[in-house]
Amino acid sequence: MERVGSVLVVGGGVGGIQASLDLADSGFKVYLIDHRPSIGGGMAQLDKTFPTCDCSLCIESPKLVEASRHPNIDVLGYTELISVEGEAGNFIAKINKKSRYVDVDICNGCGACTAKCPVKGIPSEFDEGIGERRAIYIPFSQAVPNKATIDVEHCLVFTIGRNCKGCRKACTLDAIKLDMEDEEVDLRVGAVLFATGAVPYDPSDLTQYSPEHPDVLTAMQFERLMCANGPTGGHIKRLSDGEDPKRIAFIQCVGSRTPKKDIEYCSAVCCNYATKEAIITKEHSRDVDISIFYMDYRACGKGFEEFYKRGKEEYGINYIRSRASEVYQSNGNLVVKYEDLDEAQIKEEEFDMVILSVGLSQPKRTQDLLRKIGVNLNEFGMVETVMNHPVETNVPGIFVCGTAQGPKDIPETVAQSSGAAGKIGSLLSDARNTLTVKKELPPEKDVTGEEPRIGVFVCHCGINIGGVVDVPAVVEYVKTLPNVVYAADQPYTCSDDGNKQIFDKIHEFDLNRVVVAACTPRTHEPLFQATCAEAGLNPFLFEFANIREHCSWIHMDEKELATQKAKEVVRMSVAKARLLEPLERGEIPVNQKALVIGGGISGMSAALDLAAGGFPVCLVERSGELGGLLKHVTALPRGKDPRDILNETIKKVEENDLINVYLNSEVTSVSGSVGNFTAKILSHGKEDEIDFGVAILATGGDEFKPDGYYGYDGKRVITQLELEKIIDEIEANTIVMIQCVGSREEEPPRTYCSKICCTEAVKNAIRIKERNPKTEVFILYKDVRTYGINELLYRDARDKGVIFIRYTDEQKPVVNEYVEVYDEFIGQEIKIKPDLVVLSTPMVPNEDNDAVGKMFKVPLAPSNFFLEAHVKLRPVDFATDGVYLCGLAHGPKPIDECIAQASAAAGRASIPLSAGKVIAEAIVASVDEEKCVGCGVCEDKCAYLAVSIEDGKATVNRAMCKGCGTCVTACPTGAMEQLHFKNDQILAQVKHAFAW
Amino acid sequence: MEEEWIPKITLFCCNWCSYAGSDDAGVGRKQQPPTTRTIRVMCSGRTDPAFVLAALLEGSDAVLFTGCHIGDCHYISGNYKAKKKFEMLKEVVDELGLEDERLQLQWISASEGSEFAAYINKVTEEIEAIGPSPLRQEWMK
Repeated sequence: MERVGSVLVVGGGVGGIQASLDLADSGFKVYLIDHRPSIGGGMAQLDKTFPTCDCSLCIESPKLVEASRHPNIDVLGYTELISVEGEAGNFIAKINKKSRYVDVDICNGCGACTAKCPVKGIPSEFDEGIGERRAIYIPFSQAVPNKATIDVEHCLVFTIGRNCKGCRKACTLDAIKLDMEDEEVDLRVGAVLFATGAVPYDPSDLTQYSPEHPDVLTAMQFERLMCANGPTGGHIKRLSDGEDPKRIAFIQCVGSRTPKKDIEYCSAVCCNYATKEAIITKEHSRDVDISIFYMDYRACGKGFEEFYKRGKEEYGINYIRSRASEVYQSNGNLVVKYEDLDEAQIKEEEFDMVILSVGLSQPKRTQDLLRKIGVNLNEFGMVETVMNHPVETNVPGIFVCGTAQGPKDIPETVAQSSGAAGKIGSLLSDARNTLTVKKELPPEKDVTGEEPRIGVFVCHCGINIGGVVDVPAVVEYVKTLPNVVYAADQPYTCSDDGNKQIFDKIHEFDLNRVVVAACTPRTHEPLFQATCAEAGLNPFLFEFANIREHCSWIHMDEKELATQKAKEVVRMSVAKARLLEPLERGEIPVNQKALVIGGGISGMSAALDLAAGGFPVCLVERSGELGGLLKHVTALPRGKDPRDILNETIKKVEENDLINVYLNSEVTSVSGSVGNFTAKILSHGKEDEIDFGVAILATGGDEFKPDGYYGYDGKRVITQLELEKIIDEIEANTIVMIQCVGSREEEPPRTYCSKICCTEAVKNAIRIKERNPKTEVFILYKDVRTYGINELLYRDARDKGVIFIRYTDEQKPVVNEYVEVYDEFIGQEIKIKPDLVVLSTPMVPNEDNDAVGKMFKVPLAPSNFFLEAHVKLRPVDFATDGVYLCGLAHGPKPIDECIAQASAAAGRASIPLSAGKVIAEAIVASVDEEKCVGCGVCEDKCAYLAVSIEDGKATVNRAMCKGCGTCVTACPTGAMEQLHFKNDQILAQVKHAFAW
Repeated sequence: MEEEWIPKITLFCCNWCSYAGSDDAGVGRKQQPPTTRTIRVMCSGRTDPAFVLAALLEGSDAVLFTGCHIGDCHYISGNYKAKKKFEMLKEVVDELGLEDERLQLQWISASEGSEFAAYINKVTEEIEAIGPSPLRQEWMK
């Protein structure tokens, strides 16, 4: 059957965007749709992200722009999916492009219309209702597409038929089309990916928390309040009276972990976002008191436990283990009534503001659509998947990623997205590159030795620039500058017309340099560079002058000085342009083979996915058999026997002709870089050499052996994995399990929470109870961290009579003949006589990680798990190109997350593999060997190990250089240069900065 | 001529954070005095001491180093290196007999448009208070 080489991605949050980029980069045409006017999803609304407190939009926005510019991604905002018909490989998806009443091909997002709209005070969806927008609006300044949308529910033309012309008059491009209609389109696609996301739980029916009070906000509203681009410009204040709050309460588990049927699950992210919001608030103002009312603090993720600790110790946040039952008003303030679980007392405390840490829920609209298409949902409306296929729905060819499949954080979402993209890539691998476009460019004009002939295009940007800066005067001034052979003003340089003019003038005036004076290069430089390239001019002969963001918009009342500044800013750019040189974006061929280190479930899954995409794989396993740690697990929390999954996977690996398995083997050395690596493999005393283009590190982990903890002897005191082995044979009246043994410790390496041990203990407790309900099972815990839908297991265990007793670090249990533990809740020492004690110990990293890391030049975290390129957005990449990681090598996680990461790593690795080449960075360091004395300062400064001294001279590996220029600055002889930012080019700007 | 003097401030911005923060100030229409001229570099680690000295000798009344907050550097650690250079230059500027305000370092993230504008306003006031660079006056003689 013919497979179609295009994919529909539904939902433009970070997950949908990541999947689209991965798919488009691996040879597929992508339609990315979102029912909202802009892509970006919930992440665009966040102020910061945990646990690094990175600015959320700063890290997401480049992805938005990248998606919008990608020649093989159609970003369709304000578009809904209606139906999907067909079969895997060949679907017809019907979509509805809702009318914005603005022609998106004409609108340039200048925002002039918005300013003239008379309908004010509409609650902004982007600001979660605490900010306002007009009836014609762009949701946020970095929106993609950056186009206006008319909200017909509020626009006077549509509501009362008034002939209001506010926006139409303001729009000098005539982009507003009130007679526009919705447009239904049929898309032929090979696969559909649902990245539809979840939404914050709406607490309006939880009246006990006074959700209608202006100083009771949801956590998402509070994000908007904290955010610099939010309604208060990032000023945290009470919406009731504008006062700065001095006491803020966070109430956890609002709309999660409640007996109400549809919100029984844990939302998995709220504990950590509450700590993040509390920390940021403290950074705004140290004298705010913050209390977080929580039941169990669930820091289940890489670096989260350490983050929680920082919140407590460095920022002095009060964590109160409690159940908050009510928030009521008293004397203009808010009182939180709660049951203190440590002291077993009902208490009340007054606050200035209360934040409801609401959970994630599934939007009804999406659920209905998914059901209509035949996708199975669970009782909470999440897409149902099975343990070993975490991104595949029950409908072949329809995939899922992110929070539509269950609550999860950003990195897990991104991993699933890359995983889904990888799976789709394998499904449609025959159709790769069948529907993608590649721009054909004319041959490049040789400008060597030519006197610069500079063309300057100065943009009015409607009135955005022209309303402040005297643009014609700037043009006249520019004409007087040396080497400028053409200068003109344009209404909108970025429009098709504007670009056509640049194209024409390059030919007409034989221009060999182009300067555009308009907005910011960060968004528009690639556009004009592409125009230059289309006209046969090397794109690096283009230079930008920012006279909008950096001039007209910030000097609105100083027209003369703004004009003077604009002249000088253009002059600086002309000065640099004069010295610009053409650059090559070199291509590096990629050896289309992969190396996977580690034969556990993660490594095998990655190898299978790569092989399914048609790429040969060497799978290297240190031990004598495949299977890894999962061999020792005898049951999964839900359903299937893991041994069936494992055996099935091993069989597939062994039968796959493209996978070459090396058992009892290890990698002893690695050389090369992305596209062309060589490794030596020591196998049965023999050394083999293999060549490959990419590598996946799936080195796995092990269970921590708790020697010295609680009298561990492997007989009466055992670990959870040891229990797995004997669980179907044990005869015991009483079993005690102790959590956090050897994890969450004070000092590295095991300061982390191992994420899976609570679920593991609860699962095994249920198994014991199911086998013999009379067996008493006690679980001694610090926090029960059964995150996500594992929460249901916790409930089930309690229903089955498993007894949970909390202990603290100050009073740890004592294990002798008896187990003694102090139960705070009843205020008594409890003495249990167990037949068996089971210690829940953490996953620890493979001891080879250090050696493997050194060979591939990739870093380890303090825990000795590998450190990924970016904790949020690049969870399976390393900063070193061509090397990826997955599974326990990255950190402790359950099987489904390991498998999702394995697919993600395989998917990411497939990008260079399928392209067969990688594009090298053009703006890199280069060495003048005449001047280089081989001192090696540059080598020391390079954070990417791209510079080395060879034969007494510095050498730059273009494949590894990221072009920061730090080495150039360090070079004492001037031998190092950063292309496109050369010393003389920057000095020219310095010299022309001010006209005297 | 003297009455018309307004500070001339050369501003080095890194592509990923402070330049974007400056853009954000523009998008938010955060008004600032027209005293700065921005030079974009990919990383604050590229801000060469030679550029800074050239700017001062060319008559800038102040030079500002800006970049990503420590820990946020797009290139892992370029801003640490910028900070080191800045500290070294501080001594040079001191030797030249220039006031402290004439060489400054500020970390600005891509979303800190308001902070960016506030900072430019503050620096401008500081330079207005101390007047034109003596180096510039020296040069003009």
